[in-house]
Amino acid sequence: MQDLAESLSLAIALVLSGDADLIEIVALSLRVSLSATMLACVLGLPLGALVAIGRFPGRGAVLVAMNALMGLPPVVVGLLVYLHLSRSGPLGFLGLLYTPTAMIIAQTILITPIVAALARQALEDLHSEYAEQFRSLCLTRMQTVGALLWDGRFTLLTVGLAGFGRAVAEVGAVIIVGGNIDHLTRVMTTAIALETSKGELALALALGIVLLALSFAVNAGVQGLRVSAAARGAHV
Amino acid sequence: MSDLTMDMAGISDAPRPLLPLSVTGLRLSLGGDAVLDGIDLRLTAGGCTVVMGPNGAGKSLLLKALHGLLTPDAGEVSWNGTRAPAATARQALVFQTPVLLRRSAAQNLDFVLRARGGDRGRVVELLDHVGLADKARTPARRLSGGERQRLALARALATDPEVLLLDEPTASLDPASTLAIERIVAEARDRGMRILFVTHDTGQARRMADDVVFLHRGRVAEHAPADRFFPTPSSQPARDFLAGRIVV
Repeated sequence: MQDLAESLSLAIALVLSGDADLIEIVALSLRVSLSATMLACVLGLPLGALVAIGRFPGRGAVLVAMNALMGLPPVVVGLLVYLHLSRSGPLGFLGLLYTPTAMIIAQTILITPIVAALARQALEDLHSEYAEQFRSLCLTRMQTVGALLWDGRFTLLTVGLAGFGRAVAEVGAVIIVGGNIDHLTRVMTTAIALETSKGELALALALGIVLLALSFAVNAGVQGLRVSAAARGAHV
Repeated sequence: MSDLTMDMAGISDAPRPLLPLSVTGLRLSLGGDAVLDGIDLRLTAGGCTVVMGPNGAGKSLLLKALHGLLTPDAGEVSWNGTRAPAATARQALVFQTPVLLRRSAAQNLDFVLRARGGDRGRVVELLDHVGLADKARTPARRLSGGERQRLALARALATDPEVLLLDEPTASLDPASTLAIERIVAEARDRGMRILFVTHDTGQARRMADDVVFLHRGRVAEHAPADRFFPTPSSQPARDFLAGRIVV
């Protein structure tokens, strides 16, 4: 309990002091995880929508694969990305290893299946409501996907949040491909891991509290968007 | 190319009218039960055909089969030689319970006009036509039942269909909404649009019908002009139905 109280006061002191190192770490964490979330949404939402409306041989196997990939182990993803980006790997010439870009790539790979699988479920429910009307209107596949993504946008915000939550809390992949280099690739989770290994538990806990607060802030922001939209009746 | 040749090309490119409709031996089963059991029907151009019958007679399913939303087990639906999906694109179906997008009334119409390559400037005109000009920015799902059905009708009209199919569009609506919808449909008919109107409301059928198709147990029990059907129905199920007796 003493550790927790000490950590809480340390966390507050860290935030209030405007510690430059902390701000740098928080900013990089947000940059990496929000970029990965956006990329995962760009890839995963249309993919989820296409699978939601598609009826094709092997669809069941695709669904199983999508759902299974939601549980991708971060260290495995990190290792695979490392092997591709390392100097001897096929993409080594890009020189991306131990950069924030490598961390974004790893997190994107990690959360795209989550976004796609959750979007598929949400949009399949919506499509079951719209399908007959859309067939009557003779909409193309792309028009159908576009309409579903737009009409399901507030539900899909929650899907994006699930992806962001997974990305921002992840440590295994980013520590492998980022290397936890101070002032370059150190993010909240890798900093917490480092401080813990050094025995600086209070500081590690303080960073953890800041991370939690960040996560709450992003969720609250999205919830605010939903509430405001509901008040306007935009997604009724 | 001479003017005459160009004119000829223009004529040959014009799509053939969808009518007459020819339905032969149409059979449809759901869950092993025959719900449409050998429908033969021929409809010519112009006017409003009312499809009547007791609950479970197959009225809505017939409409969906004609529109190409259901694939029959046997038989043929031919719109003057054109079949689904080509025929579907030249028709519009208004469902009993309208499915509207989670957008404003105006955006619902704009979506269809954009998707079908229509003139997006018609949104205001269409809303005005169905009496919803003041509801343009209202979320479609917050409209009343009658307003929603009028919006669904405006959406159908936005596609400029040759044939308008309506599946009990006024079921559970108040008299004022029913009247508004009947007026809009009557105007469309008067402009030359072919109407197929499903209802189990005898009063409405009398007001709307030029001819009546009476369905019973998945079959056409009777198809007759309205001025002959209502005073002298020839089939026993239709006589019982019009007399207010329960028809199973």
